[in-house]
Amino acid sequence: MKIAVSSKGRDLDAPVDPRFGRAAYLVVVDTENLEFEVIDNSKNINAFKGAGINAAASISEREAKVLLTGFCGPNAFKTLEAAGIKVANDATGTVREAVQAFKDGAFSYADGANVDGHW
Amino acid sequence: MIISVASGKGGTGKTTVATNLAFSLGKNVQIMDCDVEEPNAHLFLDPAVTETLPVVAPVPEVDPGKCTFCKKCMEICRYGAIAVVAKKVLTFEELCHSCGGCLAVCPEDAVSEKRRELGIIEKGTIREMSFIHGRLNIGQVMVPPIIKKIRTFTNHWSVNIIDAPPGTSCPVIAAMHGADFVLLVTEPTPFGLHDLTLAVEAVKLLGIPHGIVINRAGMGNDEVKRYAQNEGIDILMEIPFSKEIARVYSRGEMIVEKMPEYKQKFLDLFDRIQTLAGPVKGVVGQ
Repeated sequence: MKIAVSSKGRDLDAPVDPRFGRAAYLVVVDTENLEFEVIDNSKNINAFKGAGINAAASISEREAKVLLTGFCGPNAFKTLEAAGIKVANDATGTVREAVQAFKDGAFSYADGANVDGHW
Repeated sequence: MIISVASGKGGTGKTTVATNLAFSLGKNVQIMDCDVEEPNAHLFLDPAVTETLPVVAPVPEVDPGKCTFCKKCMEICRYGAIAVVAKKVLTFEELCHSCGGCLAVCPEDAVSEKRRELGIIEKGTIREMSFIHGRLNIGQVMVPPIIKKIRTFTNHWSVNIIDAPPGTSCPVIAAMHGADFVLLVTEPTPFGLHDLTLAVEAVKLLGIPHGIVINRAGMGNDEVKRYAQNEGIDILMEIPFSKEIARVYSRGEMIVEKMPEYKQKFLDLFDRIQTLAGPVKGVVGQ
C-alpha cells in the first residue's frame, strides 16, 4: 500500500513537514518494501492559492491511499476525500518513523480539516 | 474627469477627502466608493439608493458524463480552482478568476459556465450628486470584477471621485487604472510613509499624474514632506490633526458642512488637481 508523507527533505530520514499543501516535498512510500518516490512540491510553496488542492491531486496521481501530515486545510481535505485518500494529521519525527508508526496502527484518521485555509 | 483617492495605508482619510471634495463641488459630481470589502462613504453621505444590481462572474461547471479526466483543465488553472482526482472533477468556485481557460482547453466540451454572484452594486443620489458603491458578498474574495463593474458607470460629463481601497494589490489597481489623477492621502507617520512609497511606485507604473494630501498634519514627523520633495511630488493639501475634525468625523458628519472654512480649501485642492491632471482623457481604459 502506498502512503504519502509531507516531508522537509528528499529521503526517509528527513523530518516530517507539518504543513501539507506547502510542504517542501511529498514522499510517497510503499509500506511493503519502503520504496519511495519524492514529489518536489516547491511550486506549491509560494502558490497564491490552491496549494493544498494541487498537493492532494499530485499524491492521488501516485496512487497514495493515506496521507500522514500535520495540518490539512479545508480545500485540501475536500480533494483528498474525493480521491479516497485518508488523512492522519498528527505525524511527527522522520518520514521513516511516521511510516513505522502507521504500520504499527498508531494513527487515527481525521474526519475533516484541522486548520482553516491560509492559516 | 476621474480622480482616484488612494493611500497605501488604510485609515489615512481617503473617504474623508473623497466625500468632502465631492461635497465642496456639490453638483456634476459622482462619488464611486470602490472599497467594496468595507464600503463606508455611504455612512457619511446617506444616499437615497435607487437601484441595486448584482455582480456576477462565470465559473466552470463540469459535465461528468462527458469528462474523460484528461486533466487539461486542472493543468491550465493557475489558481487551483479545478481538480481532477480519482475520476472525479472538483471545482472550487471561490478560487476561480473567471478566465475561461478550462472551458477553452476541454477537448470533450464537458466544461460550461454558470454564474456566481460576487456582490452587489447600489446606485443613488445625495442632493445634486450621484452616488455608487459596491459590496462584496460575505465569503467571496474576488474584488476587481466588482470595481470594474462600478467603473462602467463612470459619467464622462461630470467629475468622478473614486474612493479606492487601501493597499497596492489588484483591487487598488482596478480603482486607479484609467484615472486622470490619483490623490494619495497619507499621514505623517512611519507607517503612512512606508505605504505611501508603495502606492507612489504603483501610480508611477500606471503613469498617472498624482499629488499628496497629508491628513492629521502636525502629528508624527516631517519624513513624508522630505520624501515628497525628493520625489518631486506636490503636497496639495494638509488637514491638521485636530480634535474638532475628529469629532465631526466620528459623528459621521462632513467637515465642509460643520467647518465651512474647509469648503474653499477643498475647492483649491480641486483647482490644483485640474492643473496637474492636464487635459482630461475622460475615458476609462479596458
